[in-house]
Amino acid sequence: MKPFKFLNILLFLLTLNSCAQDNKKVNTVKDYEIIVPELSIPWGFVFLPDNSLLINEKSGELIHFKNGKKSFIEGLPEIYVRGQGGLLDIELHPDYKNSGWIYFTYASSDGEGRGGNTTLMRAQLNNNKLVNKEVLYKASPNSTRGQHFGSRIEFDNEGYLYFTIGDRGNRDENPQDITRDCGKVYRLNDDGSIPEDNPFVNEPNAKAAIYSYGHRNPQGMIKHPETGDIWTHEHGPRGGDEINIIEKGKNYGWPLASFGINYIGTKFTDKTTIPGMKDPLHHWTPSIAPSGMAFISSDIYGEWKGNLLVGSLKFQYLDRCVIENNKVTKKEKLLEGLGRIRSIKQGPDGYIYVGVENLGIIKLLPKK
Amino acid sequence: MRYLIIIILFVFTSCNLNPKQNTKEVQNSIDRGFVVYSDFCVTCHLPNGKGVAKVFPPLAESDYLMNNRSLSIRAIKYGQNGEIIVNGETYNTAMAPLGLSDKEIADVMNYITNSWGNKNDTMITPEEVSKIKK
Repeated sequence: MKPFKFLNILLFLLTLNSCAQDNKKVNTVKDYEIIVPELSIPWGFVFLPDNSLLINEKSGELIHFKNGKKSFIEGLPEIYVRGQGGLLDIELHPDYKNSGWIYFTYASSDGEGRGGNTTLMRAQLNNNKLVNKEVLYKASPNSTRGQHFGSRIEFDNEGYLYFTIGDRGNRDENPQDITRDCGKVYRLNDDGSIPEDNPFVNEPNAKAAIYSYGHRNPQGMIKHPETGDIWTHEHGPRGGDEINIIEKGKNYGWPLASFGINYIGTKFTDKTTIPGMKDPLHHWTPSIAPSGMAFISSDIYGEWKGNLLVGSLKFQYLDRCVIENNKVTKKEKLLEGLGRIRSIKQGPDGYIYVGVENLGIIKLLPKK
Repeated sequence: MRYLIIIILFVFTSCNLNPKQNTKEVQNSIDRGFVVYSDFCVTCHLPNGKGVAKVFPPLAESDYLMNNRSLSIRAIKYGQNGEIIVNGETYNTAMAPLGLSDKEIADVMNYITNSWGNKNDTMITPEEVSKIKK
């Protein structure tokens, strides 16, 4: 009997020991904290100087989250909510403290024709209400197609505003034609006027706001913290999601060159590269359905500094991409299985914040 | 006798015509539904209706779809939030309201309930869709 008793005590001790270890493990494994609970599709968000948040819900609500409370901003324009269209990205003017301008994109049915198309607006905030609203760009024509509105907004170091519009499900007409909107990255001055040195200002009938073309549906855009270059990613069809660095006047190949195939499995091109067109810096095949994009430029995450983070809508994880000499050399999945990842921002405190569908906005904690 | 022939003919033609018209009507709606599906649904639910495990529930041979006609219409009409159980698997992915008209919703419902092994004997009409409340 005695050895059994000893064994029992030993087992009991072991259990205690393992329990303690498990608890510790849980603590270190938990690598996020919910900051804003209960959001549905937080398409885009931004930090105001007082560290409160403005959050775009795709369904057409602009939420101000301050001191743990949500309030709804009034005075939004009419939003065309259909398919992938709705209230999309939001960004602040680089000199927001003095100018007060908030920029956001949304689908609008204004103008000629049935349906809607992507629109860029700026406005100021006054007592929880949008005032001085100005439409800076409205893509045309309207379309009832549900796909590919883009869009992301970003400023570069010179103060130019970039925003994206997807091909609106019309890949054979829009992306390769610079006289048509959609399937493009656009560049504007902060007041919506067109910079004199935009690449196509002297082309007859061209949409002069276009900065690059041949895009499918870019839903990630971020300025590189060191080079100041504008990086984007875009959805491929089945395969062929891409990362690109945007250069003036360049053609990024969609749909003439792609690593993707049609959803039903048929091919639409057998070329993955075409001379004179830009190849992607990286492609995901199979597709992850990328949305949201941010570089880690703070020191909080140690050796992750300089990494690129990309959200996956399809597989529900945050892809941590190690970039060396403009190549993705290593990838690691973070936050797997929490939900569809829609938006990513590095906050003013240097932490990474992630908008997760059906969950909220979470803060990524460094692993110890 | 003449009347009898007319009556018989009438009965015959009416019997023959009605189901034919119905099948044609259903087929037209299914065809339109395929176009809607290819535009709004295929990205997540895929061409084979199988969806993506744990993220996008299947429509093909889906017990939820085939047993919850009104809830399925409601999900397409107003969006889907919260947990649902499909073929024994729990899903909790938000589907935003798609902004479709009642006719488009009826068409796409007729398509998905008559594809990939699904079979629906009662056609969904725009009127039925219009009566579904949030």
